Amino acid sequence: MRALSVFSAKGDEFVPPSSVDFVLPPIFENIPFITKPILLVLLSVLLVSLFFSLSARKAAVVPSKFQFAGELVYGFVRKDLGQEILGHDFKRFMPYLFSLFTFILTNNIFGIVPFLQFPSFSRISFAYVLGIITFGVFHYVGIRKQGIKKYVKDIMFMPGVPKPVYILLTPIEIATFLVVRPLTLSLRLFANMFAGHLLLMIFILGGEHLLQGAIAMKAVGFFAFGMGIALTFFEFLVQCLQAYIFTLLTALYIAGGLADEH
Amino acid sequence: MRTYIELAEAGAPNPLLPATAEIIVGSVAFLLLFLVMRSKVVPMFEKAYAERSAAIEGGIARAEVAQAEAKLALEQYTRQLASAQDEAQELREAARAQGAAIVEELRAKAQEEAARITAAAHASIEAERQQAITSLRNEVGALAVELASKIVGEALDDQARQSRIVDRFLDDLEKSK
Repeated sequence: MRALSVFSAKGDEFVPPSSVDFVLPPIFENIPFITKPILLVLLSVLLVSLFFSLSARKAAVVPSKFQFAGELVYGFVRKDLGQEILGHDFKRFMPYLFSLFTFILTNNIFGIVPFLQFPSFSRISFAYVLGIITFGVFHYVGIRKQGIKKYVKDIMFMPGVPKPVYILLTPIEIATFLVVRPLTLSLRLFANMFAGHLLLMIFILGGEHLLQGAIAMKAVGFFAFGMGIALTFFEFLVQCLQAYIFTLLTALYIAGGLADEH
Repeated sequence: MRTYIELAEAGAPNPLLPATAEIIVGSVAFLLLFLVMRSKVVPMFEKAYAERSAAIEGGIARAEVAQAEAKLALEQYTRQLASAQDEAQELREAARAQGAAIVEELRAKAQEEAARITAAAHASIEAERQQAITSLRNEVGALAVELASKIVGEALDDQARQSRIVDRFLDDLEKSK
């Protein structure tokens, strides 16, 4: 987040936040790759691993409050994203789905945690990584289950469709499976986090700027801060939702690979 | 921190282009998380789930066994109770029948005894009467003959005559009464 002095030095001119604000400088001058998003991602892995390892450590039949809290999250992913979508074979995929959900959720929520206040996935690299992994996983599962020949054939020539339709359908299906699915997964997550963070910056930095103006401007500045707070709650909803959607779609793609026909 | 002017001159970075360092760190970080989840978290939670459902299913199975046993015992008791009641009923019936038979038998025996006693009494009375009549008749006859012979002075040796005389005498005696 930019310091107030930047604006003061430039006089009254307000610089609206832009994609520039997502390029954060290295924390240590001489180590260029250690930036805030990278540290946040590492922190999220540390926090999530610690929390769930400790929570699951005893695996008691009658859970403690701590274990119950961990099980609440695990149970949600297990039931709503695992059992209901993947069917009886879901346990195989639970480590991946659960890692995905907790990783995305934690990094998204970093966007509204005081002092951290940066959603890691507003840096598209991380979103690409997860999109590509899911891409690899669901193709691998499909090929393992159906054999490479049948899998490719079913994608290229969807069964139960009149032949002339293939002229249209085949390119669409190939594009869907090879490009659209991983790309939309990554972009959806990235764009939501990016836009949300931008929105919060506009209201809060704008409000800050307005507070330095005349009396009437100050009133509008307070209103902008109020909006900033309201949008923070809204962002929380979006952050949870995006973690859910990413994991849900991954589960659906895997289920598609497991099914005999898609 | 770069100023707006500097950034504008440099041109805004394209947010869709990935950064190498972030790709590497992101992959490694996620892989680490995945390994922790796969080895430490998911198996433990699944273990807890499995144990919990086993405990619940075991509890249900035990309850079902206990219920079945209780039902069996109840049936047995009911059956026993019913047979006991039947038996008691039979016993009562038998006792009543037996009592009635005993009463009947006793009554018959008593009646028989009474009849026997009555008959015996009758017989003995009759016999005594006959004896009395016979002895009386003989004695009275002898007395009368003796008296008459004494009075008349003639011997009545003829048996038939003697008897006729006695009868006539007795008839006269009764008529004069």
